[in-house]
Order: sequence, then structure tokens, then C-alpha cells
Amino acid sequence: MDLLRFITCGSVDDGKSTLIGRLLYDSDSVSLDILAALESRGAAQGNVDLALLTDGLKAEREQGITIDVAYKYFTTPRRKFIITDAPGHVQYTRNMVTGASNADLAIVLVDARHGVIEQTRRHSIIAALLGIKHFVLAVNKMDLVGYDEDVFHKIVADYQDITKLLKLTDVTPIPMSALQGDNIVRNSEHMAWYTGPNLLEHLEAVPGAEETKAEPRFQVQYVVRPQTAELPDYRGYAGQIQSGSYRRGDKVQVLPSGLESTIEAIEINQQEVEEAVAPQGVIIRLADDVDISRGDTIVPAHHVPHLTRELEATLCWMAETPLRAGRRFLLQHHAALVKASLPTILYRLDVQSLTHLGAEEARLNDIVRVRLKTAVPLAADPYRQNRKSGSFILVDEQTGNTVAAGLIEAVDPDYFTVAEPGAVAFSI
Amino acid sequence: MPTLDYLDRLEAEAIHILREVAGQFERPALLFSGGKDSIVLTRLAEKAFRPGKFPFPLVHVDTGHNFPEVLAFRDALAAQLGEKLVVRKVEDTIKQKGLQDPTGKYPSRNPLQTYTLLDVIEEFEFDACIGGARRDEEKARAKERIFSVRDDFGQWDPKRQRPELWNIYNGKIQKGENVRVFPISNWTELDVWNYIRRENIALPEIYFAHERQCVVLPGGQLLGLTEHLHLDADDEIVSRQVRFRTVGDATCTAAVASDASTVEDIIADIIQAKVSERGATRLDDTISETGMEDRKRNGYF
Repeated sequence: MDLLRFITCGSVDDGKSTLIGRLLYDSDSVSLDILAALESRGAAQGNVDLALLTDGLKAEREQGITIDVAYKYFTTPRRKFIITDAPGHVQYTRNMVTGASNADLAIVLVDARHGVIEQTRRHSIIAALLGIKHFVLAVNKMDLVGYDEDVFHKIVADYQDITKLLKLTDVTPIPMSALQGDNIVRNSEHMAWYTGPNLLEHLEAVPGAEETKAEPRFQVQYVVRPQTAELPDYRGYAGQIQSGSYRRGDKVQVLPSGLESTIEAIEINQQEVEEAVAPQGVIIRLADDVDISRGDTIVPAHHVPHLTRELEATLCWMAETPLRAGRRFLLQHHAALVKASLPTILYRLDVQSLTHLGAEEARLNDIVRVRLKTAVPLAADPYRQNRKSGSFILVDEQTGNTVAAGLIEAVDPDYFTVAEPGAVAFSI
Repeated sequence: MPTLDYLDRLEAEAIHILREVAGQFERPALLFSGGKDSIVLTRLAEKAFRPGKFPFPLVHVDTGHNFPEVLAFRDALAAQLGEKLVVRKVEDTIKQKGLQDPTGKYPSRNPLQTYTLLDVIEEFEFDACIGGARRDEEKARAKERIFSVRDDFGQWDPKRQRPELWNIYNGKIQKGENVRVFPISNWTELDVWNYIRRENIALPEIYFAHERQCVVLPGGQLLGLTEHLHLDADDEIVSRQVRFRTVGDATCTAAVASDASTVEDIIADIIQAKVSERGATRLDDTISETGMEDRKRNGYF
């Protein structure tokens, strides 16, 4: 049994909460006491509302909207699922970016009565930007259009524009009614014309995280030095394999120092292993006594990433105070924390049209392309190649708050964008 | 190439989080109750840091309303691990601060734990406290971050949470603030039990079916008989085969009728039972529908 993380994109109006509620309900993942609490609340309002299963906080119950990312879990005999529920309103790009950052699959919800709308585009663009490979086009509320096959096909055809624009390679359209339970966990009796999988069947079959296919990356989180009588000289580099695999005997380079050594041992739970793969947590011991500390990267000598103090990146700005060029930050590249400056905002991305707009500043929820300089070189990859070594956050030095999500676009100045605000160009 | 199943992935995520705590903080602590979730955390800490020592002590906030088996287990485990155990008692906080010890029939000291916890954080200047809370326990927890920043009053503000992206955990804090860290956030009750089975982790006996004198509550729930309850003459006392699904303040942690005497039995029980852990056994959450959120805002774990 493996694990799949997925995000649901859509608004309250698309029936997103009802969809999640239905998945939990029909897969028998709702416990009796929670059902009882729901029924007592539902009774006051006339019926049981599956959407209440995903409403966590007081404030949202008062306002009737989801205000933050919430996580839900269910398990079938084939898989454990982690659902990230991110709100779909325009102003909450920040939440969607957060939710999409960990997801392997995105369910893009469309109301069958309204078809592909602006929001559908925006959600698809953000999910693709964050590197999600698998998409479900969930055409919901089919009951309200008489389960009409033509309505479904028209929506699927309309979505083709987005598929092409974003070069999506795996989009599975499914007609459904979350409210009635059609094609969620059970095949619909109302849509015999649809012969594809229901939603749960598809979620069980889609490939999960494939971090082992990327180049090997490992960052040191913590140095284990027992300094005991039995182990006076033991030095183990504890960390998580971010991607790819590592083998005992690999010739490796340590970055940013560039020192070379050989992997003497890989330990998992104090047992030596021949090979370890992402995302396992391991301790690596090297044959040579080299100076290594938290944040350093250890990579096989034939898979060395760029070492750079200048990057081009896409940021999602997440703070109330607007971003202006010239600011300084702490840049957290997983275990590496370095000082950074942001000399240039190149352009703002319109997440509706993909147009590049001139930008003096970035406001909350804006997505901008920027240049960054770091005080210490980073061992970094473009996000398109590696979602782990290609991602970072910016931290405000004063408050300590996370103010931006960063996706590395280019680590080599030869591939930097020449600023051309207004031009339509986009790549994912 | 090794293939990883979902427990391997959950384990890897938790180990990564524990090592981030070790790497980012000066004075972390692992909050240890003797309950199954915190016992699982100690196993994960062994996997994260051995052959080294844990870079944090185990800290128990003792309500004084514990089951004796659990305290004995706590001490034995700390000794076996060879790690430092710090115990601070709610009893002492009540005396020092002149607090009102809860009265009534089922006097839960859970609300008072907050004071003792904040005091122990101040005493040792802990900057990060690792806990075994899970997002599936209660609705309010579903939105909790893995690194959850608290102000000097321990308060949690759901609207001011930091966004948490990829597996990057931001532990940057200002003076007076501290972070609560939840490495098994993404685990469910069933995941925890499956892991206990796979890793062959020992637990206090009260988790397994045993004969116990219980008080029958008006709602039919069973409460283990202890000296801390103030019973009326007409209260119904019965002897039942029960087990506990969580260990907490004995005055508000109900037992469930069960014959499950092994981990396998319990897993089968959970799959069948479908009553979520907190709902089945914690009385204090039912006071108001938003019980947990109110307590979290006030600095409870």
C-alpha cells in the first residue's frame, strides 16, 4: 500500500467540500461520532451537509467559507490518501500554492452548469506551475444538467485550450455528482454513456510520487556525533534523500565546499544498507574526514548541481506588506539558510492570461518573476527538474514570517530572462 | 531498489521533521505523556538520532490524575532509552499559583496543564516542544501546521499561521515565542497502530483489554474508577472488560468495552469501530463543539 497526496481546486460553489465529504463518507472514512455531530447540526438546517466534514475552524463556520488549507485522510485497501483542501477564491492564491506544493495530483472542479470559467484556468495554471503532473477534470453537478453527455463533452473540449497552454500530459475528465454520489466511489447509474473510471478508481491507479527518478540529492540536516567511549570518532551526516538514490561506495562531492570523498556507509535505523532511495531518512558516513555542516549538499560526483549565488525564480508573495526590489531576506533552501537580496522584479504573471505585466511591486497573492542574490552559494536545480532542490521560501528577517514561496527557474545566468514586461511568454 | 510503502513514507517524513528541530533550535523538548503517540515519537527519535543521544529531554506534564501503570511505563522507557526525563506536576502549579483545583464529579485537570506547560517552557527556555498530536484527532487540528508558532502566552492564532510549503519548515522565532512541532501530523489512529505493530513497540497495559472497575456515565460511557473521582452514592459501578484508546487525565478519559488484547485485535477493532478516538474517550471536547479550538487558542497543546 502506498501514499498519494492530492489537492482539490475549486470554490464552495463548485461543491468542493461536498466532493471531499462524499469521498470520506462513501469510503467509510467518517467516524460515527462525527456523523452524529453532523446530523445534529444538519437537522437544524434541514439536512445533512457533507461539506461540514471539511469545515474546521470557527471563523469559517461563521462566515461559511474555508479560509485556510486543511488536511484530510482516508485509506482504501490500495492506498492511503492525504487530501489537501485549499480554498478557491481569488485572494487565496497563497493557500493554493501552499496546498499544491506537496501534491502529486490536482482535482480541478468545474460546475457542469457553468463550464470552464476563469477560476478553472487560474487553478490549473497554479497547479501546473507548482509541478503537479496528474490532473482530474471533475465535472461536478451533472445531476443539475440532467446527466447530459453533450454538456460533459463540451466542457472537456473547452478544457483542451488549457491542456495545450500548460502542456499537460495527464488529464482525466470524469462526469460526477458529489451530492448524489455519482462516479465518486460508485459508478453512476445515471451516466451509462461514461465508461471511464470513477474518481476513487482513478485515484487508486494513478502513479504516486516519483522522486526516485530525479537526480540524487541529499542535504545534511544534522551531524550525529555521539563522542562516547565506544564511538569516539563517529561522524554521521543525518538527512533525508530528497530525490534519486544513493549507494555505498558512491564517489561524492560536498557542496558548496567542492570537497570529494566516498560513501563509506549508509545507515537506516543503525543498520548499514547497500542502497537508499528518496524520501528515506538516512545517516551517511564518508571515508574522509571533511568539514561538513547543516545545509551542505552531498551528491554523487557525476550528478553535481549548479552552484550559484544568483538565481532567477518565480515567487508567490504571501505577506500583507508589498514586495519591492532591493529588499533583503533569509532564504531557506530546505536545510540551508542563507542571507539573500532581491535586486530585480522582472515581471508579474497574470494567472488568468499568462501575460507578463510590468511590476514595481508584488502584492499579497501576486506571482512574480525575480532575480535573487545569495550571500553563500546554493546547490540548486531548476524547479522543473526537481521539486525539492528547486524550491525555497523567503523569510522576513525581523518577524521570522514566511513571506514568499520560491520556485527556481534558472541557476545559470545564460538562461536568465531579459526583462520584457508585456510580452506573452510562459513556460512551465 | 527498495520500494517504500505508506508507513515508510510517514516514518521518513517524521524523521525529517525531528531532525529539522534538532538542526534549527537551541533548546528543544519532546513532550512525553506515556501515551502511544508520544511512545511512537521516541521510536522515531531513535531512528533519527542513534547512535547519538536525543538532542532533547523528554518532558512530562503530570496532571496527578494518571493511571499508575502509565507512570511506571514512562519511567521504565526513559531509563531504557537512557534519555533525560523532566517531570513537572500540575499539583505544584496549583499550589504555587494559588489556582483552583477543579471540583465536581469528574474534576479534569486538563485545562490546568496549560499553566504547567508554560512554566516548564519558561524554566528551561525551551524554544521548540515536540508533541504527538495528529490532524485527524479533531477538526481544529486539521489546519494546524507541523511547525506551529506560539506567542509568549502559548496562544495559537489560526489566522496568523505561517504557510508551510513543500517540506520546508520555518522555525525562525522572536524572543518569547516558541514553536510546537507535530511530526506525526499526517498519521491517523490506524496508521499509528499499524506502525506499532510493524515496529513491535511496547505500550502500557491499559491500552489492551483488561478487567477494570468502572463508573457508568449517564451517556453510557465507562470511566475507570480512581480515587480522583467524587462519586455519588447511587452511581453505578461495574466490572468490565475494557481498554483505553488514549491515556490522559483519568477523570476525563473514558474506557471502551473491548476484548482486544493484542495489537492485531485493536487494529481489527478500529477498522470495525469507526468511532474516532477523541470522540470515544475524551469527555472535555464535548463541552462545546469548538472545545479544542478554544483550548488551543489558550495555549493548550
